Amino acid sequence: MHGTGKLLFAAAITLLAILFTDPLFAADADTWRQIRHGAEGYSAVQGRESGMLIQSTGQDWRLLRNGPIAVLGAWGLVLTLLALGGFFLLHGRIRLDAPRTGITVPRWSVYERILHWTTAILFLLLMCSGLLLLYGRETLLPLLGHGAFSSLAAAAKTAHNYSGPLFIVGLLLMLIAWLGDNIPTAVDRQWLKSLGGVTGDRHASAGRMNAGEKGWFWLLMLAGIAVSISGLILDFSNFGQPRSLLQISHVIHSVSALLLSAGALGHIYIGSIGTEGALEGMTTGRVDTTWAEQHHDLWYEQLGRREKKS
Amino acid sequence: MARMKFLCDDERCIECNACVTACKNEHEIPWGVNRRRVVTIDDGQPGEKSISVACMHCSDAPCAAVCPVDCFYTTDDGIVLHDKNLCIGCGYCLYACPFGAPQFPQDGLFGVRGKMDKCTFCAGGPEADNSPEEFEKYGRNRIAEGKLPLCAEMCSTKALLAGDGDIVAELFRERVIRREGANEGGRRQSGAPWGWNTAYRKS
Repeated sequence: MHGTGKLLFAAAITLLAILFTDPLFAADADTWRQIRHGAEGYSAVQGRESGMLIQSTGQDWRLLRNGPIAVLGAWGLVLTLLALGGFFLLHGRIRLDAPRTGITVPRWSVYERILHWTTAILFLLLMCSGLLLLYGRETLLPLLGHGAFSSLAAAAKTAHNYSGPLFIVGLLLMLIAWLGDNIPTAVDRQWLKSLGGVTGDRHASAGRMNAGEKGWFWLLMLAGIAVSISGLILDFSNFGQPRSLLQISHVIHSVSALLLSAGALGHIYIGSIGTEGALEGMTTGRVDTTWAEQHHDLWYEQLGRREKKS
Repeated sequence: MARMKFLCDDERCIECNACVTACKNEHEIPWGVNRRRVVTIDDGQPGEKSISVACMHCSDAPCAAVCPVDCFYTTDDGIVLHDKNLCIGCGYCLYACPFGAPQFPQDGLFGVRGKMDKCTFCAGGPEADNSPEEFEKYGRNRIAEGKLPLCAEMCSTKALLAGDGDIVAELFRERVIRREGANEGGRRQSGAPWGWNTAYRKS
């Protein structure tokens, strides 16, 4: 054999010898790599995941929570408020087209109103306490100081954990109560095309719920289911949930909760200062016939037919 | 100023769990809380490795970064401590910590978390050094007494080292050089002792 051939042969033999006579060498480096990514061993200390030396998903969770979730969430809420404020400045209140007739029709039953306000108060409590836990350190803590802010945060955590399950009950009762009114129909397409009569000349037709209300209902239900399931996983952590599940749940929980918060800001605006005559429906239970005809004409017609029948 | 670090030499740890016991005893830690634990990889197989792990007092501590009430602080020695008066028991530090260091005594029904407890590098908390309040919340403050963490002090094989990071690293380096069988350090993550890349990458 030539010199170079000899050298190559020797190198190949050495390589093979390293690979096959020292299997521990390869297994060892591999083992440490696996440990770095959460492989578990045995520990005499018994506890949840006590055999895991390093869990690297915690860093991913930290970067997500402190990064995109907090930043985009804040922007989302601020832009929502700016959009609502801008709309109010440009368009002002959506006024009644005709003077009030003084005749009112029943819109929301006592049960519906109790359900609405109970769930609404729980939602606001959850939203404020949740936002405090996500943004309080950057905003309120410098104002209140560590001690006072900690007391507030402890109260927020307790309030959040106890009102959460009650909110889920409210959400489910709302699903039962209003599912029938919120099935999308052909009328909704027309309503959406004119953005509820904001852009079109004519008033958009709507049944008991218009497309906007239906959109809010379905956002509330879909994001609500996500927020509820993830919330229960985080709230009742005594079932041995691994940290990876808690991290994923927290991401789903905060994203869907921020979406709901932005939606709620819009809902509160439209239902109060945004639309003349809307709030009294949910407080007194009755609305003026002018309002009913303007905003929910199909429902009003139906109501009239039902009245005549009875 | 010294930068305190833990180092566990997996070639020396014999899984005696004396560090775990010493820690529990020294700080009178309640039932169900373990500031330190020993994990054995490939338990019972040839080449099994054991590592003693607790809070590693990270340079860029993830626990401190996610704490909603900002209850963590790093001492001049690089020890990561927390204020139990501020902790609300949310568990975020546990989600973020790579080493599973934060511990939570159960405080009521449904796994409600009490105030977080973790290894203090035997350096207590914000209360006056070795006051009854400090001892009750964080255990003994050996650092204030001029002593190093007990787990490492009493480790029979000196697998667990604790102290000034530079000295600890030098001890380990000399050990690796002297140790028979080359490539000892090269086996691990770029030659760094176990966990150091995760805990002290930027310092």
